[in-house]
Amino acid sequence: MDDRRPVFLLLVAPAVAMVLALFAYPVLYSLVSAFTASDGRASLENFAKTFELYGTDIVFTLVIITVSSVLIGLFAAAIGGYLVLGAHPVAVVFLKWLYRWPLFVPFIVAAQCMRTFLAKNGMLNNTLDALGVVDVGTLSGLLDWRGIIVTFVWKETPFVALLVGGAMAALDRAGIEAARNLGASGLRILAEIIMPQVAGAMTVALVLAFVTMLSVLSVPIMISGGTPTMITVDMAFRVNSYSDYGVANALGFISYLIAGSVGWAYVRRNVAGEVAR
Amino acid sequence: MKAAIGWLWRGSVLGLIAFTVFGPLANLVLWAVAIQWYFPYKLPLTYGFKYWGDVFKPTSDALASLGTSVLIAVITVVVCLLLAVPAGYALSRRRLPGRGVILLILLLPQAFPSVAVYLNIARLFYRVGLNGTITGVVLVHAAHGLVIAVWIAAAAFAAVDAELELAARNIGASALRTALTVTLPLAAPGLIAAAIFVFLESLDEFTGTYFVGVPDVTTLPLMMFNASIGGNYQIAAVTALILLAPSIAFMLLIERFLSTETLARIA
Repeated sequence: MDDRRPVFLLLVAPAVAMVLALFAYPVLYSLVSAFTASDGRASLENFAKTFELYGTDIVFTLVIITVSSVLIGLFAAAIGGYLVLGAHPVAVVFLKWLYRWPLFVPFIVAAQCMRTFLAKNGMLNNTLDALGVVDVGTLSGLLDWRGIIVTFVWKETPFVALLVGGAMAALDRAGIEAARNLGASGLRILAEIIMPQVAGAMTVALVLAFVTMLSVLSVPIMISGGTPTMITVDMAFRVNSYSDYGVANALGFISYLIAGSVGWAYVRRNVAGEVAR
Repeated sequence: MKAAIGWLWRGSVLGLIAFTVFGPLANLVLWAVAIQWYFPYKLPLTYGFKYWGDVFKPTSDALASLGTSVLIAVITVVVCLLLAVPAGYALSRRRLPGRGVILLILLLPQAFPSVAVYLNIARLFYRVGLNGTITGVVLVHAAHGLVIAVWIAAAAFAAVDAELELAARNIGASALRTALTVTLPLAAPGLIAAAIFVFLESLDEFTGTYFVGVPDVTTLPLMMFNASIGGNYQIAAVTALILLAPSIAFMLLIERFLSTETLARIA
């Protein structure tokens, strides 16, 4: 069948139209809104107001997501590395079964779990107290920026570990075995032989996790409602309480910029890879 | 001796991971079966299924929102598959003109933070009367699910052996008949996986519904959110478990439907 015929484009058209109408158009609309002042002229008024009101939250958001991404990357590399290099089959099988669980837990459910688990009287503090490590009376719980990071890392590590672990499992074993025969330690094999070869998969997985964390509204609202908070919460607040779309969209534009700075790597890699095939 | 120390070390690390993974879930389950639980008690004072009864009684808000959620998810799956199956089929053909651009358009939404997109969709929907309607929420869920559905469908079609299609054509089947009777059935497991995926995404979706659904459409995640913010942890926990059950079932089933090859292509 000649698949260069235009009829094949017709098959794609409805899907593309849907994405253009419900993604591209709202994005363009938000850009226009962000750069339009209350009197209808083009201006940077919204951005001045945004930085004045939410400058701290923008930094806060960046710090939370960056720290979370670094931790997710480290844990995913450790899990993937152990699955490939681990010497004890029982431990490997158990870890493989264990680490995936949070992957399919919806964000909103994860937020509810952590809201109770990390609270002052939550299971974490109570367990530490029962073990005699700490005294619950002196603890305050982790329901602030730390709780947001814990929830993000808990939820996204399995996703990144799955992609990175898959790439690791597909590697040629010869290089790993050769290094092992020469006496290299597991940690060294992971850092110097495996990681450089799966850097691409790690980048793509971390970018997707990064953008996901930048899009989640439920976790910051449910874990830490107070200030400072993440810009997703500020956007919702701006719209719901003041119908202030100008500032909300200026924050939105900033979130596009943050995502765009890491997202181009993902799109470039994926599309280039697909076209080359 | 050395082996014993090794297992002690491995056991503690794995135990710590197990506590990290299951601790938060265990806390949720405890809340779902707790009737009375307050500080400083480490465990609930009284247990029971009182709140399950509250959630599942015929007049409850939770049951109504579960119905709304399932209805929305089913329509979303139908809409998504109607769009994604032809698109995925066309995209699995390598020589499609403009394939790179189309892939870019279909990929971009995944690399975009969605809150700003949703609040503007809500603003646009408000003007045309789609806010607070099932149709509005379905459109938002379908747009979100479409990206992943197209990718899974394209991967499923690409995994179909081209020789089989060629054989059907050689013995006289038309292009359409080949697509419907050879390609489609062979790609069916992947398409079922796509449908389940879209269903779950819709069932669990919060942010889009939060902006577009108000004030009339309350899905189960929204109802759980309201219960949690209102401090009703038992109702929130029971609702959360209802949301969790299909996702865990899917996790246990996924390897049956998706071949390793298809999974690898998606990744």
